[in-house]
Amino acid sequence: MPDLITLFSYSFMQRALLVGLLVAPCAALLGVSLVLRRFSMIGDGLSHVGFGALSLAFALQVTPLPVALPVVILAAFWLLRLSENSKIQGDSAIALISSSAIAFGVVITSLSNGMSTDVYDLMFGSILAVGKDDLRLSLFLSAAVLIVFICFYRKIFAITFDEGFSKTAGIRVRFYTMLIAFLTTVTIVVGMRIMGSMLISSLIIFPALTSMQVFRSFRAVTICAVVLSVIAFGVGLLLSFWFSLPTGATIVLVNLCFFLLFGLWKKCR
Amino acid sequence: MILLTCDNVSVAYDDVAIQDVSFSVEKGDFICIVGENGSGKTTLIKTLLGLLPTKSGKITMQEGLRTGYVPQKLSVKRNFPASAEEIVRMGVRSARPFLSRRERALVRQNMERLGIIDLRKKSFQSLSGGQQQRVLIARALTASDTVLFLDEPGTGLDPVALADLQALLMDLNRNKGMTILMVSHDMHAAVHTATKILHINKTVQFFGPPQDFICSECGKRFLGGSKSA
Repeated sequence: MPDLITLFSYSFMQRALLVGLLVAPCAALLGVSLVLRRFSMIGDGLSHVGFGALSLAFALQVTPLPVALPVVILAAFWLLRLSENSKIQGDSAIALISSSAIAFGVVITSLSNGMSTDVYDLMFGSILAVGKDDLRLSLFLSAAVLIVFICFYRKIFAITFDEGFSKTAGIRVRFYTMLIAFLTTVTIVVGMRIMGSMLISSLIIFPALTSMQVFRSFRAVTICAVVLSVIAFGVGLLLSFWFSLPTGATIVLVNLCFFLLFGLWKKCR
Repeated sequence: MILLTCDNVSVAYDDVAIQDVSFSVEKGDFICIVGENGSGKTTLIKTLLGLLPTKSGKITMQEGLRTGYVPQKLSVKRNFPASAEEIVRMGVRSARPFLSRRERALVRQNMERLGIIDLRKKSFQSLSGGQQQRVLIARALTASDTVLFLDEPGTGLDPVALADLQALLMDLNRNKGMTILMVSHDMHAAVHTATKILHINKTVQFFGPPQDFICSECGKRFLGGSKSA
């Protein structure tokens, strides 16, 4: 079992850790708002659209992030529209879009070079996925998400709790909803490389649900979600390296353990 | 001084529509909006606040008027993690991420005024119906020190909490100069607390002081032969 210093002498580990430690808190922050507004499925849908977009980028042999970002951002606004519109069944529409995007991605890949490890990595993530070219953009994007979230924390809390009141208090609810969708998109696209598009949504949903089991104020839930998310990422990354397990899946399982432990804590109190 | 004018306003929203509603709100008014279920009370108050679009007509608000809104408690999500203080702080209008000392003092003052300062760390969902209502009113007072809009604030309150709420609103109106617009189910309480009654059933059926409402046809029918005045 390699010790920590050897471990982080690998440059791919450094990159994965760096991106992960920024993406994990972003995902947790946004997750609290998304889960409370019943938008969890949108996060899931977006990651699947991201898979389709990344497949396309690989098929065209271009840098993935600049292709995936605009596509997923458009999808985010569209999905948000669908779920706000009560006349059509938003959840069914999201499921349709999700599976269609995956089908599209798989077909594109098989047309270009056949199913390969690339597709597997896209779906389930890879610790090697963060290339040198992506690193800077990934870091910049996740830092931007963190800063924007902290600046607008009060407004995001207000519209999450009560849209009607927020509107009367002069908050532009639509704008901030779009902002959250935008930030979520960025987080998903950046985090998807390590976590995999099938698993990234758990990074958003798990920490929020876990901390909501125990904490009863928005601030406590938010802070706890961030801390849990970072710890789960770190522990998952180490375990996956030591035991040669898939990184994304290991991180999800660590999150699941936290969720169950917090459930137990709630029961025992 | 006129704070708000509603001029021939019509709204179509789901099945509830209101037609050609005209009335105005003066500073110091305590207006109770009464009417049967589905008569458009909530639709009207949401339209006045700009939460629903008008189909025709015009709503004019005094320039720079800030409104404090107490929505129906049912509209607040269940199991939402939020402390009482966090909710009252939502009333602060500020672009900055952190509250100034003055803003924190305002929050504190409003929570003290409503007797909920000891509950500030408690989670909203663990409070009683009456306490939750006070938290929402404190938030509205933080957002506005001139006019409050309340949508059925008495729903789900026990008689004691209901009487407390009435006394509180009377005090805010009579002694603190707050203008109040309230949707109410309770016709009897409305004629005792309000300075004006707005009875609507899609359109305005009556608008004026409660004494006149009691004597009017619809008032008599609604109050069901009650002789109190």
